[in-house]
Amino acid sequence: MSADTHSAHAPEYDAGAGGYHDAHGDDMPHGSMRDYVIGFILSVILTAIPFALVMTGALDHTWTAILVLGSALIQVFVHMIYFLHMKTSNEGGWSFIALLFTLIVIVITLSGSIWVMYHMNANMMPMSPAMSSETMSQQ
Amino acid sequence: MSTELTHEQITGGGKPVFFDFDEHDHPEGGSTMLGFWMYLMSDCLIFAVLFACYGVLGHGYGGGKGPKELFELPLVAFNTAMLLFSSLTYGIAMLTMEKGSVRQVQFWLVVTGLFGLTFLGVEMYEFSNLIAEGNGPSRSAFLSAFFTLVGTHGFHVTCGLIWLTTLVIQIGTHGLGQANRRRLQCLSMFWHFLDVIWIGVFTIVYLMGVLG
Repeated sequence: MSADTHSAHAPEYDAGAGGYHDAHGDDMPHGSMRDYVIGFILSVILTAIPFALVMTGALDHTWTAILVLGSALIQVFVHMIYFLHMKTSNEGGWSFIALLFTLIVIVITLSGSIWVMYHMNANMMPMSPAMSSETMSQQ
Repeated sequence: MSTELTHEQITGGGKPVFFDFDEHDHPEGGSTMLGFWMYLMSDCLIFAVLFACYGVLGHGYGGGKGPKELFELPLVAFNTAMLLFSSLTYGIAMLTMEKGSVRQVQFWLVVTGLFGLTFLGVEMYEFSNLIAEGNGPSRSAFLSAFFTLVGTHGFHVTCGLIWLTTLVIQIGTHGLGQANRRRLQCLSMFWHFLDVIWIGVFTIVYLMGVLG
């Protein structure tokens, strides 16, 4: 719908038709009760799994970490689709472009910071816990 | 939109028009949703940087206690449930908004607000306990990063609650007009966005922290 209405931005001003139309107001993403309930149930499952795994320690460390991070990633998608009603076509695609750009910046920021600082730590002079607690207590 | 000069006077007849002198009649709020989405994305960057900080500093315990000794997972699970319930009830508020019933929208907004308030209360309880036991933000790099990240999220929830209270009053006095519907839509995005951020917080900070 927004793709059609955007053509109204062309210079021709149609006073007879009440000027420029922008139907963005009607174009807000809608959800249904079904969407919210599905999203809610999926979220509950995807929250219960990681909490249960960590609190009971049923699996070994590596598998727990993989499943915890995996459920979080899936849950983010569930929230975006069922609660935020994200579609690639929202606002003529611009909100999706903004999201992609943000994701790229986030990946660069996160991986860059952690990578650089990890290597810096690895190359620093080793400091024993006793030394670090000494410096803390001196403060 | 009646300007004092007509098009012909300004452009001098057949010359090409480089400027559009008539102001476009954009309906009020036509670009609000996209603009608000842009704001949320920039907010997302704030949290990304705070997560990066936590990732870098999260192991600097300074000889003090780590996540395993400090965090109480049942409390975090309870808080996660609170936010999740509030997301659902806000969704129901949006659905009743489509039906146009002010009272019902107000009811579900208040329910959402109470869940949010409970979340904040539990978080305050957790923070005050940590600080009382000498594990405040100045204790270690890990705790500084923890308090900044989780505190910023809590601050956002606080702002959301203030906004929510304002809207409950506003739709009570002005009804569910186009402007108020738009505001409710924006707060809806904000509220669900905070829940998405919380997924990152409880996974990275609490669960992965306790897992070690």
